Amino acid sequence: MAALKDIKRKIVAVQKTKQITKAMNMVAASKFKAAQLRMDNFRPYARKFMDVLNSLALRVDTASHPLLAVREPKRIWVICMTSDRGLCGGFNNNLIKAAERFLMEEVRRGKETTLVTVGRKSRDYFRKKAKIKSEYTDVFGKFDMTLAVRISNDIIPPFQREEYDELYLFYNEFVNVSTQRPAVVRLFPLSSVGQDEMVDSDKRIDYLYEPSDEALLEKLLPMYVHVLVYRALLETYAGENGARMAAMDNATRNCEELIGSLTLKFNKARQAAITTELMDIVGGAEALAKG
Amino acid sequence: MADELLLEIVTPERMAFSGKVDEVTIPGTEGEFGVLRGHTPLLSFVDVGVLNFTQENKKTYYAVNTGYTEVTAQKVTVLVETAERSDNIDVERAKRAKERAEERLSKMTKEDVNYEKARSALLRAITRISVAEKP
Repeated sequence: MAALKDIKRKIVAVQKTKQITKAMNMVAASKFKAAQLRMDNFRPYARKFMDVLNSLALRVDTASHPLLAVREPKRIWVICMTSDRGLCGGFNNNLIKAAERFLMEEVRRGKETTLVTVGRKSRDYFRKKAKIKSEYTDVFGKFDMTLAVRISNDIIPPFQREEYDELYLFYNEFVNVSTQRPAVVRLFPLSSVGQDEMVDSDKRIDYLYEPSDEALLEKLLPMYVHVLVYRALLETYAGENGARMAAMDNATRNCEELIGSLTLKFNKARQAAITTELMDIVGGAEALAKG
Repeated sequence: MADELLLEIVTPERMAFSGKVDEVTIPGTEGEFGVLRGHTPLLSFVDVGVLNFTQENKKTYYAVNTGYTEVTAQKVTVLVETAERSDNIDVERAKRAKERAEERLSKMTKEDVNYEKARSALLRAITRISVAEKP
């Protein structure tokens, strides 16, 4: 029976697909665990860093710093941070769409836009659509703080040279395993420094500053950019694997469903075949008996 | 003990060290300085260099990258972008990095945009080698 064989072949194929999606789910799960650990490990560093930066910003006049300079936004840079690889649901698409909408809106307002892409997916999408200043691909396999430093070194000097006026970073904010939200933060001009009311005055200690407090701030602000970029990288990495876990879990379940309905179809077809055969035999026997 | 000092070395990747020490020496931008318990509150930038601390008369060495340190009377927090303990350093890799950096440096002039980068890479490699050779 040709139909029977076809169904059987289909079942085997779906089973193989299921094996793959299951394996991908498990790989993503273990990567996700590692990513989450890294996020947890990064938190004390980030928090400590913000504490010091905020207490420093309260003492020093920050308005004059070139990284905080507010200019009329004519030229806008956007960092679009996606994963390198796909198969993770709408993770990249949602973000890319959000970034594209933003870019189009700015262009409509007569702004000049330039893009920095992080991750292969974002590069591939925007390659022919927008002006890309620099791109980073295949970075998420193994990355650390040096990647954040490299990206920062690409964006800080042009801002200081006044080659552009505002910089927005698009990345997937990590909410939990199954939820990632496209988020946008304005990196330049830096704004969130020193406005954090969390620093209560009695906790503030009068430090001795070495070298001077201004010089220290001068060095800390670029490091603050590293911290922000690194955090976005971590969240993207964790989010990517979380999204892939969910997507692969779904795929595995769909495979199971498909296998179920195909098996049913297979059994029905087999039953039908047996019945026809039986009818044939019975019919033949009757014909013989009559004859 | 009353004269104990809490030291924390924090990097973006992990908490590299956390514990009580007797004394710590930090490579600041304005020169190396030692901290004992009861130090005046101090904030200083940390340069690429060797950090060491004493625990029960035993010295431990770390190769650290740039960052800063916050010193209070009972606690020293060191935030650096990397920190490696002497026995965790891959000397062979560090030596290779040193050779690479030296080679690059020999081909450039001081005006080269990458000069600073190569110079700091060399500095880091030398630091790591010197730390690795410590007991």
